[in-house]
Amino acid sequence: MSEWWSYSAEDFLLFSPRTYWRMFELQNEAYWPLPVLTLALGGIVTFLAARGGANFLRSAAAILALVWSFVAYTFLWTRYAGINWAIAYVAPAFVLEALLLLLIAVRAGFTVQPRGVVPWTGYLLLAFATVGVPLLAPLHGRDRSTSEIFGIAPDPTVIATLGFLILLRGRFLWLLYPIPILWCLLSGMTLHTMGDAQAWMPFTAVAVVAAAAIAAAVRRPSRTPA
Amino acid sequence: MPTTRRAFLQTSVAATAAGALLPTALRAATAEPASRPIPSSGEQLPIVGLGTWITFNVGEDPQRKDECAAVMAAFFESGGRMIDSSPMYGSAQPVIGYGLQKLGRPKALFAADKVWTSGDGPAQIEETRAYWGVPRFDLLQVHNLVDWEAKLPLLFEMKAAGKLRYVGITTSEGRRHDLIERIMRDQPLDFVQFTYNAVDREAEARLLPLAAERGIAVIVNRPFEQGALIRRVANAPLPGFAAEVGATSWAQLLLKFILAHPAVTVAIPATSRVDHVRENLAAGGGLLPDADLRARISAQVRSL
Repeated sequence: MSEWWSYSAEDFLLFSPRTYWRMFELQNEAYWPLPVLTLALGGIVTFLAARGGANFLRSAAAILALVWSFVAYTFLWTRYAGINWAIAYVAPAFVLEALLLLLIAVRAGFTVQPRGVVPWTGYLLLAFATVGVPLLAPLHGRDRSTSEIFGIAPDPTVIATLGFLILLRGRFLWLLYPIPILWCLLSGMTLHTMGDAQAWMPFTAVAVVAAAAIAAAVRRPSRTPA
Repeated sequence: MPTTRRAFLQTSVAATAAGALLPTALRAATAEPASRPIPSSGEQLPIVGLGTWITFNVGEDPQRKDECAAVMAAFFESGGRMIDSSPMYGSAQPVIGYGLQKLGRPKALFAADKVWTSGDGPAQIEETRAYWGVPRFDLLQVHNLVDWEAKLPLLFEMKAAGKLRYVGITTSEGRRHDLIERIMRDQPLDFVQFTYNAVDREAEARLLPLAAERGIAVIVNRPFEQGALIRRVANAPLPGFAAEVGATSWAQLLLKFILAHPAVTVAIPATSRVDHVRENLAAGGGLLPDADLRARISAQVRSL
């Protein structure tokens, strides 16, 4: 009998908030000025998605695959797994998501959702992930050096990807959702357990995706000819 | 109710005395912690050690590793010996190893670690030893009783072969006390580790008396409940009775509550601050509260 029910989330938090946020500071320092380039890549992904052609969407997916791989190795594997052994099992999932992005983009392809609330929600998430998330550090009373940057840190990378996915239609698109959503839940739980108010961010991203999925499902039958 | 407070002389007899707390308050205030014997060997051990849960898990950050090394330096300077860690604590083990190397491998070190989930116990122990950079561990414990039926014989075998000095088991936050009690009765343990503090006093009922009766050294983890007790009392003024045992902070008063129990061998508060480690070690010196004062400390903390 392991009495597993007597464990709480706090029992699995292996590090202090100070150590957690210090990782982002070190990551930004280690790759400076790359964060400027990855921010620009976030803008390029948004631009390519807005253009909407098959090749543009493939290029956007390739950029996302690249940054997922980069974050998997440089942040999750090299840095985060050092203070949280469980992340060693998460890093391969990020690589898998990168491979799926490439594979589905190349083999099945994507199209953009028809105009409406759902794609605009996607653009909103993309914009928030690239421009809004880096501003959260000072808004939550942390030093600007701990800012999470798209393509450098996992949360903005994952949320931007969710925004991109909401914009799309595609045969195997659903395969790309589980890993980002599970990451957002894990990240939100980690921040919540740390007592950090920023836990709202990944949880809200999941809620927005769920709302967009429902909205898309509701809308689809009405567009079907009788 | 007595009008005067008495504290306790920390003696080897006290460590093995069952049940009641010893009277007498003869120790003068001192910066260094008192020592108590490990019942199975008589070896003296300072009653305040250093835990590394969360605080030493700083990854590869050179600045934070140096901060941990500074905490270790202050710990040894203040008379500390036992440092406790686990394979479950992220990067804490290599950070300890870094600190030990930086400090020139202090001879006072009493190295305590654990064996955890690995199916290959010897490989995990060897990896842990390499992280610390020690020739052998003084104490290895079965972490949270995980796979204890297989791991305890392995540790006893290592002890018999001279590759280990002491064997123990651990739990925390009141988990599996029935099983801990059974193992304490059935196995020739040197150490047992569990949670005990001013608000979590479950161990007083069975585990602490049993440890005294069986001659098992007791390591107390989570003395501040991972900082929750400190946060709980943070806005309350230090009670006047703290001065009777020379406690100058809530942290010292909370530690003295634990250390005053005669069956406790060592408490292992974790910290990432040099001033806090000095404060913790100092709590192990000087007077300790008697039963009446302990009751008042516990009541005061529970009321906050």
